[in-house]
Amino acid sequence: MTGSGHIISTQAFPVAARKELGDTQLRANLRSATHTIRDKRLRVVSEVDDWEELRLAGAAIKDDVLARLPDLLVQFETVATAAGAVVHWARDAAEACAVVADLVRGTGADEVVKVKSMATQEIGLNDALARAGIAAIETDLAELIVQLADDTPSHILVPAIHYNRTQIRDIFIRRMGGADLSGLTDEPAALAEAARRHLRAKFLAARVGISGANFAVAETGTLVVVESEGNGRMCLTLPETLISVVGIEKLVPTFADLEVFLQLLPRSSTGERMNPYTSMWTGVTAGDGPRQVHIVLVDNGRTSSLADKVGRQALRCIRCSACLNVCPVYERVGGHAYGSVYPGPIGAILSPQLTGQDAGANRTLPFASTLCGACYDACPVRINIPDVLVHLRQSGPKPAAERAGMRAMSWVMRDRRRYAAALRAARRGAAPLRLATRRRGAVRHLPWPLSAWTSSRDAPLPPRQTFREWWAAR
Amino acid sequence: MTPVRIALFVTCVNDLMFPQTGRAVVGLLERLGHTVEFPVEQTCCGQMHANSGYREEALPLVRRFAGTFAAYEAIVAPSGSCVAMVRESYPRLWAGAAGVAARTYELSELLVDVLGVTDVGAAFPHRVTYHPTCHGLRLLRLGDKPLRLLREVRGIDLVELPGAEECCGFGGTFAVKNAGVSAAMLADKCAAVTGTGAGYVAAVDNSCLAHIGGGLSRAGRAARTIHYAEILAAT
Repeated sequence: MTGSGHIISTQAFPVAARKELGDTQLRANLRSATHTIRDKRLRVVSEVDDWEELRLAGAAIKDDVLARLPDLLVQFETVATAAGAVVHWARDAAEACAVVADLVRGTGADEVVKVKSMATQEIGLNDALARAGIAAIETDLAELIVQLADDTPSHILVPAIHYNRTQIRDIFIRRMGGADLSGLTDEPAALAEAARRHLRAKFLAARVGISGANFAVAETGTLVVVESEGNGRMCLTLPETLISVVGIEKLVPTFADLEVFLQLLPRSSTGERMNPYTSMWTGVTAGDGPRQVHIVLVDNGRTSSLADKVGRQALRCIRCSACLNVCPVYERVGGHAYGSVYPGPIGAILSPQLTGQDAGANRTLPFASTLCGACYDACPVRINIPDVLVHLRQSGPKPAAERAGMRAMSWVMRDRRRYAAALRAARRGAAPLRLATRRRGAVRHLPWPLSAWTSSRDAPLPPRQTFREWWAAR
Repeated sequence: MTPVRIALFVTCVNDLMFPQTGRAVVGLLERLGHTVEFPVEQTCCGQMHANSGYREEALPLVRRFAGTFAAYEAIVAPSGSCVAMVRESYPRLWAGAAGVAARTYELSELLVDVLGVTDVGAAFPHRVTYHPTCHGLRLLRLGDKPLRLLREVRGIDLVELPGAEECCGFGGTFAVKNAGVSAAMLADKCAAVTGTGAGYVAAVDNSCLAHIGGGLSRAGRAARTIHYAEILAAT
């Protein structure tokens, strides 16, 4: 069964990218933000002597989980249920949304507070709850900014990375109801204070909290949320009912395995040695925290990704977003161009795998990369993203003209005489162009399809003698 | 140093577009006392096919390369990405290519690791900045080998390129399939090159250099591109 929800791009990547490229403010915001996190990450990663061993361990633990997924899921369900949680299973986004909406309805609440969660973004939970008459309040600062702006997140970790603080102040003044914010400055402390006051009332009134989970421990039935602002801790402890939406690949076998990931994740994502808040809970605890604990385990295309021997490594992903921050393509276009809640290099392999390449324009995502390899180097669980990109290009649909061209070129290259004749033809064909160009033998305009090259750069011309002609005459 | 018989894989791009790079490799290795052979049956390594998702079209070229170079102890190519294709991808595409793949070197690997030289007796009295291309850097892990060779060149004024390890935006078919993003990356790379005041930007890959050079030329910049083999061959 393939995945659905907010992971299907509706516009071909090159088209969507062109629109974003035109926004110079966006480019400046992204450049500044990605370079800041990139540098921070490099600093804290370089101080860990066994970083490469940690990466290997992280990859090995996740591969073990993927190899034993059915057994570990049943183990998790058994233990979590024994600890007082209610475990639900959802095959796709629609099922998961329906389960959550029913659970909230059952409490009689018409408002929920949310911990930042990619799984709930993926399944489009906020929209589904709105249709059921339930308001979902995002409490992570950046998610709140995006929600107030009626926008969508553009980064896994920093959803409002495309805004600078002046833009954020304007969004608060326009959209944050209640208090008088007319004197609000764009000082980070002032912005945080405004958000705090706005959210405090929501936390105290909430009867239902909704979260995802960074990790789910099969051995103990424990869920783990890693965060920076403390909003998560409020949502996880104050409401009577807690509903957590968890992708089935979030499992780790044992509690001790968290040792590896709690080192890998904060350094890779926020560039911190340790994240400020790590919350762990196991079912219901008498006299402490929520009375009702629900866990919704979501497949949404993960099982079909698991069937792909090369592609399944994408399911190791711990959503740190290090690959986004080092990606030269992401840096230029931002997250919206990818049309999915998973942008950047990981999104380019994850979205088409979860949905199948026929969904929307997702088949264009594996081509949204130069294969520069920066993402693979940064990935804390060693997902070989360039390899998976090439694999998806291989298995995806191909334009007929391109296929014909590739076949013809391969046919020419298979025979020395054909190849040498093609080189001679190219050299001769360029002769009139050489006469027509004055500037260093470079061409400014070529006809289609080579015009895609000369649209932004001059093209070189072949010299009068190929290498093999020179060698033969030597 | 014992003379070594070396087969040159010039690459199809260099054969047609940048024969001077191939000539430089021949001149350089012969100057160092080695014998260079050019097996004329060679064509293309198939990288563009494989990376664009046409494995079936790449496979005959993989077999062809393995057959053409089977008899040679050392194969050298003046291209990081073509050598990465041969060494990293060939064994996975066809197990029969593993032996030849392991004996295929990018020029700086051959010089520094196999032949054990860093001072090749070159002279190039110009300001040069070096762009480490992605496949040389992150697939072959060339590290500072090309720079170690360049630092020994007489008269060279080698200046650091800001953001050197960032991709220039070429990416093979990416340059045409995602021309807009490619151009945005190129603009930043060209600005970095121009900022160094260098007369030349050098690299181990002429395909990336064609892209960078096209950007510099379009923007009317004075800096020119040069394959680092041509600097090492200059006296």
